[in-house]
Amino acid sequence: MLHEALTLQLGYNATLVTIGAMLLGIAAGATGTFLFLGKRALVSDAISHATLPGVALAFLAMVALGGDGRALPGLLFGSALSSAVGLLCVSALSNHTRLSEDAAIGAVLSVFFGLGIVLLTIIQSINAGRQAGLESFLLGSTAGMLWNDALVIAVGGALVLVLMLILRRPMAMVAFDAEFAAGAGMNVPRIELAIMGLALAITVVGLKIVGLILIVALLIIPAVAARFWSDRVGVVVLLAGLIGGISGFAGAAISATAPALPTGPIIVLVAFFIFTISLVFAPNRGVLTAMLRHYRFQARVHVRQGLLALAQGQPIYEKLTLRLMRRRGLIRADGVATESGRAQAARALLDERRWELLRSDPAQEGAAAHYDGLTPLEKVLTKDQLAELDRSLGPEAV
Amino acid sequence: MGAEFVALSLPPILIGIFASVACAIPGNFLVLRKQALIGDAISHVVLPGIVLAFIVTGTVSVWPMMLGAGFAALVTVALIELIRRLGRIEPGAAMGVVFTAMFAGGVLLLEQSDTSSVHLDVEHALFGNLESLIWLDADGWASLLDIQALKGIPPELTRITITLVFVSLLAWVFWRPLKLSTFDEGFARTLGLPVGAIGLGLVIVAAIAAVAAFDAVGSIIVIAMFICPPAAARLMTNSLEVQLTWSIIFATTSAVVGYVLAGYGPVWLGYDNAVSAAGMIATVSGVILALTATFGPCRTRIGAPTGDASA
Repeated sequence: MLHEALTLQLGYNATLVTIGAMLLGIAAGATGTFLFLGKRALVSDAISHATLPGVALAFLAMVALGGDGRALPGLLFGSALSSAVGLLCVSALSNHTRLSEDAAIGAVLSVFFGLGIVLLTIIQSINAGRQAGLESFLLGSTAGMLWNDALVIAVGGALVLVLMLILRRPMAMVAFDAEFAAGAGMNVPRIELAIMGLALAITVVGLKIVGLILIVALLIIPAVAARFWSDRVGVVVLLAGLIGGISGFAGAAISATAPALPTGPIIVLVAFFIFTISLVFAPNRGVLTAMLRHYRFQARVHVRQGLLALAQGQPIYEKLTLRLMRRRGLIRADGVATESGRAQAARALLDERRWELLRSDPAQEGAAAHYDGLTPLEKVLTKDQLAELDRSLGPEAV
Repeated sequence: MGAEFVALSLPPILIGIFASVACAIPGNFLVLRKQALIGDAISHVVLPGIVLAFIVTGTVSVWPMMLGAGFAALVTVALIELIRRLGRIEPGAAMGVVFTAMFAGGVLLLEQSDTSSVHLDVEHALFGNLESLIWLDADGWASLLDIQALKGIPPELTRITITLVFVSLLAWVFWRPLKLSTFDEGFARTLGLPVGAIGLGLVIVAAIAAVAAFDAVGSIIVIAMFICPPAAARLMTNSLEVQLTWSIIFATTSAVVGYVLAGYGPVWLGYDNAVSAAGMIATVSGVILALTATFGPCRTRIGAPTGDASA
């Protein structure tokens, strides 16, 4: 079943939804990166919650005009309008009052959501008996989706992706260094508006699949996960798109295999799974590498101190130091230095003496700034400089 | 009016007020510390907490669920901090990763477990059921003095009252350290105050308020009350004491006006069904915030440009 879902053999609608979710995921991951780099990830939370009153009002308006009320394009249009209003409220509150942006985001998301709930209960009461099904926008639902709706989502996902591709360069510049972008003659406010507009478009397209509570995850998690793997904007954007796409594709496919697997949460959990892998295994920024780096550093400090103690004939009591030195063959099991241990100890002591001399000389201030108790002086000075230093060190030390 | 009001409207109104104030008090500090969205995160992860408690105990009883929700809130705070430090990720994004993933996990658990027989669903978690918290034993104002009738008040009212007293007491006892560490963390640290512990304590108290309020009114009020009344109060004054007073006034006003509008508003307009009280309370608090943002005496940043050309 899962294999069939992943290879898009579960019928026309499921295939369309899966492809739509994948396109949406790619666009969301990439756009989310710009939000995340601009430290505005949670603005998307306000955008997504602010869609609810729009959905409800659009439903009411379409019913009042004698229409079906459940037509997806109309509902999405309404949600886009109200989340744009929400976005304006966030920027008005954070620009024109002294409230910080996070308070503005929280206020807008809770108030708009509350208003949406009020409108939903109004719809329930005037629509008594006939389910409007608007609740499905909260958590997303692809079960029993109409072919038209699936098409809207697939086309919407593709459109957003194309827009993102067109705008990627200016957006990267603004998110990464807004002042530089302004200096390069870009219209920064307009590009920031474009980023927000894209996030809004993704939210609206994703409403039906992921639901308004969780769509924010698709904008944030892939970007954060991708950030672990690279320090280059272009690479992070690509990776985030990839992670978002995989999450959307795998999530939608997995959820198509069973009725009790809601699409939105599964997509989010797939993304979170990738995030966890990135957090642990990513090179450089990952937890494992960080631990390894920490352990190596600790070992270097301990061995260095142990060698200095050996060279000066002092006893070593520290257990970790003893263990590390024994493992490196620097001392024997009974704590007596081996041949190579003595040699390295002498070298360490010489290095320490050289550093001491170097640091006492004000003329060598630049080189002395490299002192950290670990770096051998050979790595800082040239051979000639070392030789000169050794001359003033006196013959007995060398 | 009397008997019906005491039985049907007084308990929900009181619960609404107490829940709003219990959230608004810690909210003042969260807003000032730019941690307003921690309330948002906490109220999202309450769902996985209660679902987990339900799966473990197999029943819908209050205390395991409150414990589960509190536990989930603590796990969230710890995870956010962990991801922020380990990955050097900005706090907002770390928060977004954690609470969405946990909420998604909660929804999935809910769908997978057999909860069809019990009253446990996402919508209930979001909107609460303020309107259904009625006091059947009451038959007039005199019941307020009748021990026998008082035993029948909704247990949510008792719990939220205890929570409100607890939160107020903590705020009163720790007022000075809280205020100091909120406004000038460095100074507070030089005085020897445990700044980290105070910050964590504040988040825990916020979580307790959120979980207790959630039980009665759903998460949407919780988020709104953490942020809107304190934010509106912040635009009214420069003094923290006055701000706290305003925030309590705003929270109370939102709860009362919101409940009345939700319950009686549609009737006034000629419909016979009430609308969601939780949603209406959040909406009213938003209206209050909008009013203070337009007319509040302290709405702009001190030293910020006033906008006229001569400045």
